[in-house]
Amino acid sequence: MADEEDDIILSALSDDELVLQMHDDLYDGLKDEITEGVNILLERGWTPYDVLTKALVEGMRIVGIDFRDGILFVPEVLLAANAMKAGMFILRPLLAETGAPKQGKMVIGTVKGDIHDIGKNLVGMMMEGAGFDVVDLGINNPVENYLEAIEKEDADILGMSALLTTTMPYMKVVIDEMTAKGIRENYVVLVGGAPLNEEFGKAIGADAYCRDAAVAVETAKEFMEHRKHNQTA
Amino acid sequence: MRRGKKQRSGAGSATQPDFAAALEARLMEDGLDAPRVKATPEQVMLIACGALAREIIAVNEANGWDHAVLECLPAKLHNAPQHIAEAVRVKIRDAKARGFDSIFVLYADCGTGGALDAVCAQEGVERIPGPHCYAFFDGVETFETRHEEELGTLYLTDFFAKQFDALIWRGFGLDQAPEMRDILFAHYTRVVYLAQTENPELDAKAEEAAKRLGLSYERRFTGYGDLGTTLAGLAK
Repeated sequence: MADEEDDIILSALSDDELVLQMHDDLYDGLKDEITEGVNILLERGWTPYDVLTKALVEGMRIVGIDFRDGILFVPEVLLAANAMKAGMFILRPLLAETGAPKQGKMVIGTVKGDIHDIGKNLVGMMMEGAGFDVVDLGINNPVENYLEAIEKEDADILGMSALLTTTMPYMKVVIDEMTAKGIRENYVVLVGGAPLNEEFGKAIGADAYCRDAAVAVETAKEFMEHRKHNQTA
Repeated sequence: MRRGKKQRSGAGSATQPDFAAALEARLMEDGLDAPRVKATPEQVMLIACGALAREIIAVNEANGWDHAVLECLPAKLHNAPQHIAEAVRVKIRDAKARGFDSIFVLYADCGTGGALDAVCAQEGVERIPGPHCYAFFDGVETFETRHEEELGTLYLTDFFAKQFDALIWRGFGLDQAPEMRDILFAHYTRVVYLAQTENPELDAKAEEAAKRLGLSYERRFTGYGDLGTTLAGLAK
């Protein structure tokens, strides 16, 4: 009986109902259902950008809030991220074709000595969802990787991630090197990772510490607005 | 079609009947409180992670040291390190209120990002040095020297080998979604079991844990490492 009540035919839902259902499905980490929902909306003529922002990014925003408030924990967020990834897999090539609005470019990577990338991947995905071009350097990055990539990619933002107390000081090595080369002010530097906090972000000279992926997106957007404003002023 | 909403299982509820297993489960979930008696001048209050309780008791007993009163916070905080520093502060203040002049924290930084050190400094209390408990079992200096070449290693101690299922497998939701294993441990290549005791049963458990994670396995005997020398220093 309970199973029957739980069965929902996604294709029978109206657009608004389906989007809300997709928020629920992301929250519950249901990858197959997200794939199905994305395909249904596309078949109904939605633009890839609208599917991304209204169904996926908004759903992950809710996940992010409940993670921040201690209602969801890492496993649930991981499942949600995995479900979003399945949706992004369909949307990414379509977004490239349709030329969705671009916010800016971010180079992101986990610092040297650290192999943890789940949070960094989630930030990358959410940034992509918010219209940023994201260049992901992966894990265990020495300072040279960051410096080379931000220059080569003509990035606006550098994002650094660390999960370990022992590796997070390396972010300062990167920022100090940027300062020494006289390029620090050319980029917005955002840092994040479980053991970090705002005080640490300030102490190492980052522009901002972002406690989760949703905050990273909002912070990046604010800095980009500020930059555009300064450029036009 | 949509599946029913998943139910969270919760971590660490032990059903084993024996006392040792029940104690382990209690150390995981609730920690350990000492009897509410007033401190005597020679006593030192040890505030520790529940994952270290058996080892601390074993070292003190083996050496006949009875100067210490032990209180532990739940070992499950390992998966929520953002709560450790303030939880330790509560314990420190409680110990002070009970008249303990000598208080020592047996916690590594444990992913607090320096927050635990800040609390210790504010409260005028010292802690055992090191980034993680497995680092001080190994010896912090040795551990840090090897860090770069051992990148991609998941370390287990006796406690983590015993509690792998509760703390890691269920703790990270792998009982609900085993497919997440390859995402969570994508860049890990092996498990190294840093053994505090010679215990073939734990060796087998640790090896089984490595197998379940799809990683290679190595066992190294460390004994109590820096924990032993730290406790010896407190006994003087």
